[in-house]
Amino acid sequence: MGVNRPPTLYSRLFMRHSTFFWFVLPTATAMILFIALPIISVLLQSVHAPHQAVLVEVETCTPLVGCTVETTMDQEATKALRDSQPLGRFVGLDIFFDRGHLAVNEIKKIINNSNTWNEIFTQLSNLPFYRAMAFTLTFTFVVTPFVIIFGFFIAIGVNAISSYFKGLVIFFSLLPFVVTQLIGALVLFWMIDSRGILGSAVQWITSDPNLSLKASTGVMWLSLIIYGIWHAAPFAFVIFYAGLQTLPQDQIEAAKIDGASRYQQIRYIVIPHLFPLITFVALIQLMDNFRVFEPIVGFNASAHAQSLSWFIFNDLGGETRQLSSAAASSVLTIIGVSILLFPVLLRTWRDYREQT
Amino acid sequence: MKKLFYSVVFGSTLLFGAPVFAGCEISARVSIVGNEFPAIQTVGAGAQECTGANVETNLTSEHQKINVPGMQGNPAEYTSAIIANSSIVALMNEDVIRPLDDLVAKYGKGLQKSQLIKIGDNIMAVAFMANAQHLMYRADVLKEIGVEPPKTYEDMLAAAKMIRDKGIMENPIGGAYASGWNLAQEFNNMFLGYGGSHFKSGSAQPNINSDAGVNALNMMKSLSEYMNPDFLTHDSNATNAEYRAGNIALLNMWGSRAASQTTAEGVIDAVKNNHSIAGPMTVGGGSTPASTLWWDGWTVAKNISDAEAEATFIAMMNAIHPDKMKDEKIRTQAVWLIDGYQPTDAAIGVFEAAKMSTTPYPMLPYMGLLHTALGNELADFMQGKESASQALSDVEAAYTAAAKEKGFLN
Repeated sequence: MGVNRPPTLYSRLFMRHSTFFWFVLPTATAMILFIALPIISVLLQSVHAPHQAVLVEVETCTPLVGCTVETTMDQEATKALRDSQPLGRFVGLDIFFDRGHLAVNEIKKIINNSNTWNEIFTQLSNLPFYRAMAFTLTFTFVVTPFVIIFGFFIAIGVNAISSYFKGLVIFFSLLPFVVTQLIGALVLFWMIDSRGILGSAVQWITSDPNLSLKASTGVMWLSLIIYGIWHAAPFAFVIFYAGLQTLPQDQIEAAKIDGASRYQQIRYIVIPHLFPLITFVALIQLMDNFRVFEPIVGFNASAHAQSLSWFIFNDLGGETRQLSSAAASSVLTIIGVSILLFPVLLRTWRDYREQT
Repeated sequence: MKKLFYSVVFGSTLLFGAPVFAGCEISARVSIVGNEFPAIQTVGAGAQECTGANVETNLTSEHQKINVPGMQGNPAEYTSAIIANSSIVALMNEDVIRPLDDLVAKYGKGLQKSQLIKIGDNIMAVAFMANAQHLMYRADVLKEIGVEPPKTYEDMLAAAKMIRDKGIMENPIGGAYASGWNLAQEFNNMFLGYGGSHFKSGSAQPNINSDAGVNALNMMKSLSEYMNPDFLTHDSNATNAEYRAGNIALLNMWGSRAASQTTAEGVIDAVKNNHSIAGPMTVGGGSTPASTLWWDGWTVAKNISDAEAEATFIAMMNAIHPDKMKDEKIRTQAVWLIDGYQPTDAAIGVFEAAKMSTTPYPMLPYMGLLHTALGNELADFMQGKESASQALSDVEAAYTAAAKEKGFLN
C-alpha cells in the first residue's frame, strides 16, 4: 500500500524543506560567493607557480653609470607562456613543502643529522614556519584563557556596581577594544621604546641605560601577549556581561537561602549559565589569536615574532610579490584554524547530540 | 597705478609658490603613484599644474605594494608610476609599463640623454633624480674629539669609541637597521663595499655566503654596538629623529633626506648649526664605497589608451621642467638630473658617491627576492642568535625557495 511508504529522499530534502531552502538561499549564495569561491581560488593558486622566467641579457643605460649589460625578463617569450597557461605551471604541493612553509626536506635533514632533542629544536626554530608556529601557538594559548578569565571578572565586577556608574565604567572598559588594533599597538610600541615612558622607566628602575625592551625576544613576546590580552579582554567582558543579564535570579536567591557563598554561587550557577558564551568566546579568540598580525606590524616585532598572517603580508609586500607562497600560507592558516577549533566544535556537537 | 599693480602681481608670484608654466594642456586623465619623500611630492605637484583634464596623485611609502596591482588592470588605474632602480624591475617583470621612445621623440625636448633609462632597445623610464646613502655627521662632536670626518667604516667605529669614552654620547652611531627592507639594504651596502657580488655571474644563483658576506655582517654587528639598543626597529625616519634630537653624531643616510635634516620640526640648535655631510664610506680597505647608487624616475603604464599615455608624458615632463630648477626650495630637495640644475650643499654626498663610482643597486629581475630574504633572515644574526655564515646560508635557502617558486631557478 502506497500510503505508508516512507518519504523519498527527494521529498525529504526538498518538499518538506522547500521553505527552508528558499529561506537560506540568499545566505548560501553569499557564502558561496564570498567564502567558498575565494577558498577554492586560494587552493588553486597554492598549487600553481609562475612560469619559468625567460631571461635575456640586454644593454641597460642608467644615469651616472652609463651602459652595462644586465639580465632582464624576455617579455615576449614570457607573455607567450603566460597566455598559453594563465594559471601558471602546476607544481602540486611543492610550495607547501618548500623551506618557506613546511620545509619537508630540511626537517628530514635535521632529524638525520641531530642527536639530541635540543639540537632538533634549535634547528627547527631556524625554519620560518616552525619559528612562526612557536610564537603563534604560545600567543594563542596564553592570550585566550587570560582573555576569558579577565573578561569574566570584569563582567562580574561591573555587574555588581551601582547602576549609577555602570554606563561610565562599561564605556571605559570597552576602550581597548574600540581602539583600532594597529593604533593600540603603535601607542604601546612607542611607550616601550627606549626613549618612551615605559622604556625609560625600566631603564631608570634597573639603572641600566642600555636596557631595551624591544631588543629581547622574551620581552617582546611578553609585550605582544600583554597587548593581546589588553585588546581582547573587553570583547569577552561585553559578551559575558550580556549573559549575566539573563542570569536566573530565582536560582541565585534559592542558593542564597541555602547559604551558598558568593564563590559557590559563581561556581555552581553563574559559570554553568555562561558556559555556552565561554565556548563562543574561546572559539572566536582561538581563531583571532591564531591569525595574530596587527601587533606584529605595530610593534615592528618581525625580528622576534612572526605568524602565518605576517608571512602572507610579507610575501605580498616585497618588491617581487610571491602570490603562490602567500596562497600556500593562507591554506595552512585555514588548516591550522580548523585543527584548533576541532576540539571545541566536537564538544559543542556532542552537547547538542545529548540534548536532542 | 598700473605699474604698482603689475609690480604687486609679479612680486607676489615671486614670493609665493613655484612658478606656473604656461602651455601644459592635457586632454586625458593622468594618475600617478609613487613614494612620498619631498622631491617626489614636488614632481606630483608639478604634474598637477596641468590643465584640461584631471591629474590625480597617490604618493605613499607603500607605493610599491600598490603600483603593480594598480597597473595590471586594463585600463590601468595608474597611468604613471614613479619608481627607482629597484622597483622598476617589478613593473618590467609583470610587463605593465610601455616603451617611451615615440613619446620621447615627440614631447621629450629638453631631456638629457643621461635621463633616459634604456633597457635593451627601449627607453622604459625617464629619471629625474639621483640618490645614494652617504655619511652625515655632527661637525661639533667630531671637532671635540679632534678627528676628521670618517672616510671608512673602521674610522667611524674608532670615532664612535672616542665619543663614547669621552662621555659625549652613549650611542653615537645611527643607522636604518630596522628588520626587513632597511636591514637588507645596509647589508647590500656593506657587502658591495667588501667587494661582494650578489649572484654567481650570469645566473640567479645566490652568492652571498662568502667572505665578503661574513665580513659585512661582522662590521654591521660592530657598528650596532654603538647604536641605540632598539636599532632593529629603527627605519630611516626613526634614525633621523634620533639625529635631530641630538642623540647620535654619525650616520649613513639617504641623500634625499639631507636637506630636511635641519628643517624638520623639533631639531635642536646644535644639530641645526653643525649638520654636515660627506661622501659614502669605504670598508675593509676597499676602494668601492659601501653604498649603492640610485635613480628615481617615472614610467608610463602599458594598459592605457595612447591619449592617456600622451597626457601622462606631457604632465610628467611639466613636473620636471628645467625652469623648476630656478626655485631654491625645489633645488635643495634632491640631486636632480634635470638640465639647468645647480647642485646645492645638500648634494655633496650623492655627487661624491657618483664620483667614487659607487655600485648601482642591482637592477635584476630576482634581486627583489634576495632583498626580501635578507630582510627576514639577518635579524637573528644581529641579535647574536646565530653565526654569520649560518644567517647567510639561511638567506640563500630562503631566497632559493622563493626563486624556484617564481621560476628564476629550477
